[in-house]
Amino acid sequence: MNASFWDWSYAWSVLPSLLEGLKITVFATVIGSAIAVVFGLVLCMLRLARVPVVSQVVWFLVEFLRGTPFLVQLYFIFYVLPHYGILFSPLTTGVIALGIYGSARAAEFYRAALETIPTGQWEACLTLGLPIRHVWTGVIFPQMWPIAVPMLGNLVIAMFKDTAILSTITVLELVARAKDAGFQSFRYLEPLTMAGLLFWIVSYAAARGIRYLESRNAH
Amino acid sequence: MSTSVFDYMPFLLGGIGVTLKITFAAIALAVPVAFILAFGRMSSWAVLRWPAGFVIETFRGTSAVVQLFWAFYVLPFFGINLSPMTAGIIVLGLNEGSYFSEVVRTSLKSIAVGQREAATALHLPRLYTFFRVVLPQALPVMVPPFGNSLVLMLKFTALVSLVTIQDLSFRAGLIATSIGTSGTIYGITLALYFIMALGLAAMIMVLERVVNRWAGKHTGDEAFFAPRKSAIPAWAFGR
Repeated sequence: MNASFWDWSYAWSVLPSLLEGLKITVFATVIGSAIAVVFGLVLCMLRLARVPVVSQVVWFLVEFLRGTPFLVQLYFIFYVLPHYGILFSPLTTGVIALGIYGSARAAEFYRAALETIPTGQWEACLTLGLPIRHVWTGVIFPQMWPIAVPMLGNLVIAMFKDTAILSTITVLELVARAKDAGFQSFRYLEPLTMAGLLFWIVSYAAARGIRYLESRNAH
Repeated sequence: MSTSVFDYMPFLLGGIGVTLKITFAAIALAVPVAFILAFGRMSSWAVLRWPAGFVIETFRGTSAVVQLFWAFYVLPFFGINLSPMTAGIIVLGLNEGSYFSEVVRTSLKSIAVGQREAATALHLPRLYTFFRVVLPQALPVMVPPFGNSLVLMLKFTALVSLVTIQDLSFRAGLIATSIGTSGTIYGITLALYFIMALGLAAMIMVLERVVNRWAGKHTGDEAFFAPRKSAIPAWAFGR
């Protein structure tokens, strides 16, 4: 083993680039999860609504997206979109793919949250003759959110870590930059370790935040 | 005659074996790792609790891609030269093991204290208590999340294609670059993964039955693929 086991000056020199990459990682996570949270609820409702054909198609789509690797989904979208004349930047394509994959996962979380609401709540609404719109907005959704939010929070953290896969379609996020730096200098230790640390710091802080939200909801 | 997608099918299908091999090898590593980490984290000794906590937090907090690259590019720097296959299996196994250790821990903890106290009162030996009282109650709880982990692992293995292992995804990439019709190839690959995921899910259903029977849990004669009853009434959507 050589004398300079950990080269601090090298580590400092790659840090600005890594932080720049972290910005892209966070950006992709925020937009991707925003798509997932909104579109996931839409998918969940379409699936549950028992509309002929539509519900079955959505059900299959959700299961398919949940049963296949994100990496291959990303390749598929990345190489198929240009075929139909849709030219997005790699980052845009990546964020869209992340959002679609996240939507399928979020849809299942919403469904799980809805299923935990006791039948008595629905029966009470029926007995009171509440209009359907009010049943959802006044009774069901307010009870669904506290259950769904921690699950969605964990999804956001998972998506944050999944953004590393965007490096495979040339998005210059954190991991791509760490790998490039390592490739140029033949020293992978510092950039990859720091990339791991940056991931850890952000996801640990986020996990703490979710635990706080959960404890607040518990009261 | 130009080459068509179908000429490459045997090569692509050969990747299924590699993918399944890694999936099962990594999950076979993940399960003992999960139990060891769970016991470590529940231990009353800090010497065991802290390292277990460190491993779990490290593998859960950083991206699997980073861990894989770290094992592939950084470990040789320390003189540890693992084959890509070994590195891939170890990283996936430790990663999923860390996640699953939380399932093991909460399942074991979910067994009422009264059960353990009763075993102590009856003066049952500790190992006997674990294998005949705690585990038969905890194991059925662990099986459904284990099924999730297995499918997750299958999807996870696609990442090892990034460190030159010729699994299904890697081969799909090779074929796509050599014939240029990437949409078809990736479409077929997605379908193959989905079929494998369905197969694994079916395996878990069988496992669920076996475990329940071992644990002496009565499952009745319910249909194998009986749909779960939803708590959401049909009128909620205006019908």
